[in-house]
Amino acid sequence: MPSIMAPRPVVRALDHLGRRTAGALAEIGLAASLVAESFYWLLVGRRRRQPVRASALFRQMMEIGIRALPIVAAMAATIGIMLAIQGIHTLRAFGAETQVTLGIALSMTREFAPLITGIMVAGRSGSALAARLGTMRINQEIDALTVMGISPVRFLVAPALFACLIIVPCLTVFNGFVGLAAAGLYVSVELGMSLAVYAEEVLTILSPHDVLHGLGKSVIFALLIAVIGVVNGLMVSGGAEGVGRATTRAVVQSISAIVITDMLFVFVVTR
Amino acid sequence: MDALDHPRSAVIIAIRGLVVRYADRTILSGIDLDVHDGEIVVIMGASGSGKSTLLRHMLGLERAQEGSVMVLGVDVASAGQAALAALRQRIGVAFQSGALFSSMSVIDNIMLPLAELSDLDPTIMRIMARLKLEVVGLGGFEDLMPAELSGGMTKRAAFARAIVTDPKILFCDEPSAGLDPAVASAIDDLILRLRAAMGMTVVVVTHELASAFKIADRIAVLDQGEVLFVGAPEALRQQASERIQNLLNRRPQDDTLDPEDYLRRLTAEHPLRPVPL
Ligand SMILES: Nc1ncnc2c1ncn2[C@@H]1O[C@H](COP(=O)(O)OP(=O)(O)O)[C@@H](O)[C@H]1O
Ligand SMILES: [Mg+2]
Repeated sequence: MPSIMAPRPVVRALDHLGRRTAGALAEIGLAASLVAESFYWLLVGRRRRQPVRASALFRQMMEIGIRALPIVAAMAATIGIMLAIQGIHTLRAFGAETQVTLGIALSMTREFAPLITGIMVAGRSGSALAARLGTMRINQEIDALTVMGISPVRFLVAPALFACLIIVPCLTVFNGFVGLAAAGLYVSVELGMSLAVYAEEVLTILSPHDVLHGLGKSVIFALLIAVIGVVNGLMVSGGAEGVGRATTRAVVQSISAIVITDMLFVFVVTR
Repeated sequence: MDALDHPRSAVIIAIRGLVVRYADRTILSGIDLDVHDGEIVVIMGASGSGKSTLLRHMLGLERAQEGSVMVLGVDVASAGQAALAALRQRIGVAFQSGALFSSMSVIDNIMLPLAELSDLDPTIMRIMARLKLEVVGLGGFEDLMPAELSGGMTKRAAFARAIVTDPKILFCDEPSAGLDPAVASAIDDLILRLRAAMGMTVVVVTHELASAFKIADRIAVLDQGEVLFVGAPEALRQQASERIQNLLNRRPQDDTLDPEDYLRRLTAEHPLRPVPL
């Protein structure tokens, strides 16, 4: 009997699409309510005698920030030197090598410092957050907190979120300093420009606006990393394998979100 | 044997017409159950019969779609966050896996409810936690990490954490599952001892018959989403109903697959057509 309905693969694809859309909307809703609830606990937690603990916040800041210093420094130095090499190479064609500082200072501060820091933290800490919460979920530790009357959002989500919001901009500043310093060393060797002159040029070129541009983005990246890590962790199902999937998903989603948000931010702010 | 001396003690958990569906599957189809003050009620049923689901509804971890679940006078299905939080200070839960926080030592795990929800002096909290560790037979193990505990010790630590706030009701999900018989029996003794010492009401979910008959004042038998029987263990043994006898004797037909049903499930997407001759 010929069927008048759409062929099965089409129905299934539409069904799949519908489910994916509903799933994505549910995740965005969860993300928004987690952020709102975290701020709620930060503001009224003390009055309700359930504060967001400073000790938990510091532990997270250590983990996300201090432990990341070596790798962030290494990446920043590499990127800085790379910018210097490429800049000098390009400008040499016009005999304008000494102008390289302009390109280095602006692209490091506005673009590379926040972007590289964001990607590093997403890979290190966004994934760790998803893995930790996901494991706690399947071990019923989240349920255990809930039935004890301890809000998992106050106890687990808020410290991670606020630690990210505080430490990622700090790491970004650090990243910028290291990157600019490394580029300066290269420039001073290659062009015989003294480090003092280089530093002075950088300071003249950079306006507060450039610094804020970089920092503003780093705050947004921090929010994205924390929220994506938390949501993927809390929505884990399917045992240890599910935790693995959630971890991978958290990294892929947060790096994609960082790059896309970066582009949108630049588009909106610089036009 | 408080509950047997006063069979008419107050009802502190009242479940009425509880229906739970996941997608188009009905897991619980109209559960009615009362739990009286001071008794040990065992909810017994085969794996997958919905015991944990029923428990999660009593704890307010899930909200009932139909029916009501009253615990200590709070309608868990519709209570607000504040009422639920207040209720949760009066109950303790020992989860199936123990659910100890792996990043904290045993003593920190047990102190956690006190540390987060009370203003007690840390020294007092530590003493209270140590006391509960002694009660469950884990004295001297306070500084171990959860990963260093055996299965039985993990359960004991979970019990210690569940009772550290002296709850009115203790809930346990499969307390003896995954333990060897001697350890399982020790956990049953522990439950009996806790009730005797602290006088709390205990709701235990289990699929272990021996354990159920050993500790229960009353047993509720859950099967295919309904309560088949509620009553004293002796009364349960005398039940003639075939379904109950099947459950009690674990006739193999309950545990083995029906080949035809299995085939049907495998081919649900593309039903097999009879081959025309
Ligand atoms: N969140 C859920 N979504 C879909 N199905 C579920 C969910 N939770 C439980 N179930 C199903 O409900 C049934 C009963 O589960 P459960 O209450 O864990 O059984 P028990 O504890 O008696 O072994 C199982 O078939 C399980 O697959
Ligand atoms: Mg279960």
